[in-house]
Amino acid sequence: MSAVLQPGASVPLRVEHSEGVWHAAWRRFKSDRVGLFCAIVVVAFLLLIVVAALGGVAKNWQREVGVANAPPTFLGPRPAEAIGVIEVPKGPNVDLSAVDPLAPRYKEWDERAAKFKTEETVKAETLPMGADRLGRDVLSKAIKGTQISVFVGVMAALVATGIGTLLGAFAGFFGGKVGDFLEWLYNVFEAIPGILLIFAFAAVFGRGIGTVVLILGLTGWTGLYRQVRAEFIKHRNREYVRSAEAIGASVWSRIFSHILPNVSHVILVRMSLLVVGFIKAEVILSYLGLGVGIDDVSWGTMLAEAQSELILGYWWQLVAATVFMAAFVTAFSLMADALRDALDPKLRGLE
Amino acid sequence: MTVMAAYLIRRLWQMVPTLFGVVLLVFFLFKYFGGDPAEILGGLNATPEQIAAIRQQLGLDQTVWVQLGIYFKSILSFDWGKSWATNEAVSSLFASRLPATLTVMLPILILDVLLALPIAMWVAYRRGSLADRTIMVITTVALSISFLVYIIVGQYLFGFQLGWFPVQGWSDSVWTNLATYAPLPVLLAVMVGLAPQTRLYRSFFLDEMGQDYVRTARAKGLTENTVMFKHVLRNAMIPILTNIGLALPGVFVGSFLIEVFFSIPGLGREVLLAVNRSDYPVIQAVTVYLAVITMVINLVVDVLFKVVDPRVVLK
Repeated sequence: MSAVLQPGASVPLRVEHSEGVWHAAWRRFKSDRVGLFCAIVVVAFLLLIVVAALGGVAKNWQREVGVANAPPTFLGPRPAEAIGVIEVPKGPNVDLSAVDPLAPRYKEWDERAAKFKTEETVKAETLPMGADRLGRDVLSKAIKGTQISVFVGVMAALVATGIGTLLGAFAGFFGGKVGDFLEWLYNVFEAIPGILLIFAFAAVFGRGIGTVVLILGLTGWTGLYRQVRAEFIKHRNREYVRSAEAIGASVWSRIFSHILPNVSHVILVRMSLLVVGFIKAEVILSYLGLGVGIDDVSWGTMLAEAQSELILGYWWQLVAATVFMAAFVTAFSLMADALRDALDPKLRGLE
Repeated sequence: MTVMAAYLIRRLWQMVPTLFGVVLLVFFLFKYFGGDPAEILGGLNATPEQIAAIRQQLGLDQTVWVQLGIYFKSILSFDWGKSWATNEAVSSLFASRLPATLTVMLPILILDVLLALPIAMWVAYRRGSLADRTIMVITTVALSISFLVYIIVGQYLFGFQLGWFPVQGWSDSVWTNLATYAPLPVLLAVMVGLAPQTRLYRSFFLDEMGQDYVRTARAKGLTENTVMFKHVLRNAMIPILTNIGLALPGVFVGSFLIEVFFSIPGLGREVLLAVNRSDYPVIQAVTVYLAVITMVINLVVDVLFKVVDPRVVLK
């Protein structure tokens, strides 16, 4: 018997690939209906933010397009007497030119005024979500506010994650003197209550979007630092790191290309929790006037305006800011929960 | 007892470098990013001579190290200096603002725990049921609404529209405050605090209910009440108490938002005023002082654990 091995008929050697952590996480994430739906909502918000940032929508949020405090469209326009408009008298004009000392100059003024181009704008009686006290469209403001608030939250989370990851990696990997020093730094930041630390930083750094990002990032890294440090302590003596050292991998290469990818899921989960916290913090800081500048709008500045409007019965700005914020934050937190369950089932219950 | 004494001494000794770091952080933060105190104090119309005089008075013309020395000396002698804005001694500022903060914050802390504990235990026990899922959805949504919205709407609805409570105000009598002015802020803060607390405590209860000792207790035929109240509750109290311990330092700074909205003359509002006025001595003093309180409370909580739970080993 001679077995002829035909090339085409050979059974290919099957290499069993074990499922990667990201692949397994995606499989788990997909089966979580709520998480998936929330992820879609978050992506929709992010698309809206990108379009708003590029100037596609809500570009002219500062333009006063409606009458002051114009109600939402579904309520219909306010009756004229409520706005306080006085009707123009319809009777014949009395000729006062004989006694009016300014009469000879009216013609001259009219001619001069005609040289300037004036534009008659018709202010809308109602807007889709109403207008604020200056007549600015609340819907545009809410979209622009979403852009700023979410941007601040995400950027601050990136800054805090960067600081926390770097310091945590060094503290966990090196230990010893470096670890002691970083632990001391951590203790110092932890000893001061969070909101007070934010206030102290806000007192010296001033106002503005960049400043808020910096303040929240510089004060919010401690929790992430602690977790990354613990992960690095766990990993630094594992065999794969030892093997990397044996084949001559440098310290940096071991930290950033060997260990870091293996703990990145922990960092991602923590970061998504930070985003929610920072968005809430930005809203409060902006409300208190310590946040974004006066030329910007965020959910916090909208709520600050809404407080005085509510007493006059103009509730739409409050509702718009609240609904946008609640929708985004709910979707984002549920997505973060699903992400956590998918990436690291051990972390379940950590809130 | 000697073990305890040695532990206490070691912990107190460990506070020194941390406190040193807090002072350094505060000093350099304000020194290098805070602008020139002399110009803030002098105002817009100050002449260069006036500014120079203020600098000399504050010791700002000395080297950094001498200034740091002066700062340390003032901290060690408990001389916090005077507020730049009101010229009130910072120590008397604390003494006069702290009672108002505690009048509001202590009821909030106590009510939060007393309400969250039974709700969390109940939903944890009925995990996965309709009630559990409903409460989890409600808390998720409640958590995503800003604290600001609760206060704005609550003040408008209960204070302005329904007139159940005064919109804001404060008196000199503790009892009038507790009975008249505190209920609305306390009610709103408890509504805000309840959602996160319930979720957290629920996860603590669930952790304990999955343990082997619970199965053992059920297997030997104990009633559900005994299992839940004698076994699960007592074990779940450990993380819950830790959490309360972590929240305690916050009581002293108060919920500044509540104090701002309801015009309560407390410490939180004072800090915010100081931030808006660039009143550095007040901010610096509050920061250092709260760092000390936080560390002391953490130590007390750790020691209490040893007393409550014999398994805890002090290290």
